[in-house]
Amino acid sequence: MSDQRPVIPVIVWPGSNDDRDAQRALERLGAEAPRIWHTDAELPRETAAVVLPGGFSYGDYLRCGAIARFSPVLRAVGGFAADGGLVLGICNGFQILTEAGLLPGALRPNASLSFVCRDVRLNVERTDTHFTSRCANGQELTIPVKHGDGCWFADEELLEELDANGQLVLRYAAGANPNGAVADVAGVLNADGNVFGLMPHPEHAVDPLLGSADGALILGSLVDAARLSLAAAV
Amino acid sequence: MKATVLVRPKPGILDPQGQAVESSLRHLGFEVSDARVGRLVDIDVATDDETEALTQIERMCEQLLANPLIESYTVLLNGDAAGREQA
Repeated sequence: MSDQRPVIPVIVWPGSNDDRDAQRALERLGAEAPRIWHTDAELPRETAAVVLPGGFSYGDYLRCGAIARFSPVLRAVGGFAADGGLVLGICNGFQILTEAGLLPGALRPNASLSFVCRDVRLNVERTDTHFTSRCANGQELTIPVKHGDGCWFADEELLEELDANGQLVLRYAAGANPNGAVADVAGVLNADGNVFGLMPHPEHAVDPLLGSADGALILGSLVDAARLSLAAAV
Repeated sequence: MKATVLVRPKPGILDPQGQAVESSLRHLGFEVSDARVGRLVDIDVATDDETEALTQIERMCEQLLANPLIESYTVLLNGDAAGREQA
């Protein structure tokens, strides 16, 4: 495996607020993570993966992520994803990816109507993905959530299809669902396996000092996959 | 032409806002059920042709104003329900 630092840009919208944490976490895990402004129409040429961070893009007006999906950079992200590029959306980034149709389902206001901000326990359902390869089979992770609109929804038909395809990669542990998401879904993969979104914030859990380092397993998996794609491209 | 778009959570979609409103109305002593909270968008479309306005608004709904997975919409033209109700 190459020891080159893969370039993983973090997109910044007006209202993004976890971009610096994501940047810091990715760099600590061995990536170059330039922050890219939403008006940029192109991603850096050497981009090996992209992260859409948490926050409240464009004030989350209308619906969370509904406006951000029209930003110039998202067209570039869509093209990158269509070519098989790795894309990770965290919280608001997840909402943007569902609104853009890059991930299935939709995110609705929490069933409790309360903003939840706490550690949650998660079950990793699959470890053979670009986003969970560092996790152990059946591993339980502790990663914080902080959102008001994290209630992932899919109708029964879609849910069955996603379940059969193994796209429901991350679920809240029994009794730990913080938002009413159907089937306790916390993170969803696209059918091609190169786009992943999750409500919990792995970038806030990359050091035991923060209460958990489990988030580094998710982001570290992405860095590994990005490095591999880099090696493959050479 | 002035138009109003009503966007509602689809039947069967959990609507915690509607539930909270319903519960508050009950506290006030009203006998109510099935409260649902949606969104209203007033817009002035730059055409006087009803069919053209409707066509444009339906495209607006599909592209931005509603998320078809979880929301339905109704279009009112000049205050009257017009066109198709998209369920």
